[in-house]
Amino acid sequence: MTTSSLSSMLDAPAPAALGVVGDLARLLGSSFAPRAAGPMEQFEIHRYVPLSLGDIDLSFTNSSLWMVIATGLAILFFTAATRVRSLIPGRLQSVAELTYDFVADMVRGAIGPEGMKFFPFVFTLFVYILLANLLGLTPSIPGLTHTFTTTSHIAVTIGLSMTSILIVIVYGFYKNGLGFLKLFAPSGVPAWLLPLIVLIEFVSFLSRPLSLAIRLFANMLAGHIILKVFAGFIISLLGAGGVVSAIAIFPFLGTVAITLLELLVAFLQAYVFAILTCIYLNDAEHVGHH
Amino acid sequence: MAHLWMALAAAAAEEAEGIVAAAETSSGGLPQMDFSTYPSQLFWLAVTFGTLYAVMSSAILPRLGGAIEDRRDRIADDLDQAAEFRRQAEEAEKAYQTSLADARAKAQSIAAETRSEMEAEIASMQAEADDRATAKIAAAEAKIDEMKDKAAANVRAAAADVAREIVGALIDEKPTDETIAAAIAKSVR
Repeated sequence: MTTSSLSSMLDAPAPAALGVVGDLARLLGSSFAPRAAGPMEQFEIHRYVPLSLGDIDLSFTNSSLWMVIATGLAILFFTAATRVRSLIPGRLQSVAELTYDFVADMVRGAIGPEGMKFFPFVFTLFVYILLANLLGLTPSIPGLTHTFTTTSHIAVTIGLSMTSILIVIVYGFYKNGLGFLKLFAPSGVPAWLLPLIVLIEFVSFLSRPLSLAIRLFANMLAGHIILKVFAGFIISLLGAGGVVSAIAIFPFLGTVAITLLELLVAFLQAYVFAILTCIYLNDAEHVGHH
Repeated sequence: MAHLWMALAAAAAEEAEGIVAAAETSSGGLPQMDFSTYPSQLFWLAVTFGTLYAVMSSAILPRLGGAIEDRRDRIADDLDQAAEFRRQAEEAEKAYQTSLADARAKAQSIAAETRSEMEAEIASMQAEADDRATAKIAAAEAKIDEMKDKAAANVRAAAADVAREIVGALIDEKPTDETIAAAIAKSVR
């Protein structure tokens, strides 16, 4: 298995025509070898279709592919779920409505009924992150697919969190004008303490997009590294042969347990991202109510 | 046992090597820190997220929300209808109760009327019988009086005859009828 990163791939022109197949072929060449891939390999980005705008590289990569898969699956699922709009929901419609109500309750609870204008955004955010996280947990089929977790990259999570925060800032100023700045000066603070409070509030506001992005990214990164390391133990122990191979059952059970835990984390992180976005949006909607 | 631990250690070491190797070969350590991939990631994120948002907000969420809203409306309607039916049932029960009370009152009034009618009839029949009896009694009394008068007259006449005979025998004088009558009337009184 080649461990070349995108930057080293850039030196040699990528086999554009091969695209996905080319990547799969490269995987095929090595993945059957009795050696575990490095735990960081799963995060590497490979170009499938080179694309650029001037000097900016916008190539279609494995990351892009999994984003498209997540979006496609989400659209496919929800289209199928709402195809027959029946009074008594079927299985698909039930799941879709459950998700709808879950996010709607989240938005109403955090912002109130007037926050429902943000509902489509929060819903999209939740579904997008949830699907990206869950798809990252699907096993790769050796030689066929190579699972990639788009949310394990900080560029993606920063992009999502900056979108949230920019909406908060733009809407905050649109709704409250300069009154939005009261966010940094909570009422009831003695004047001599105000400069310190404003500084603290300002720093805490700045840290919001970072904490949002890093929480999601770090959870995905850590979970997938641990999974890969445990899976690597299995291969190594089996490779050792003899009695030692029998011990491979323990990292195997560990992998199963961590996979279950990661399923929970996948959902939880999507939820946390969405609910925090709601709380930040609430600041923009109700300045000075905290 | 030592053999096992050595094998485990070897496995761990191999893993660690893998991590180190990966970190070394990928320039700048983590693939996440390779800034050259950022524009592509952000671009495709914007494309896919934007697409998902557009589809969700324009097509899927209105349909989904509409279905939920329809159901809520339908349930509210059904509840309203149930309340209406309940109200109707209560009304019907009230009507039944009032008609039952009416019927009962009517029955009572009919019974009372009948009773008073019968009482009146009895009273009139009794009065009639009383009248008849009184008349009969009066007639009988009148007859008795008449007979008494007749008897008294007869007795007076007999007394006058006797008195005349006695007087004739005693003083050989024939008293007049008027004298005798006055004398009898005097002695009877």
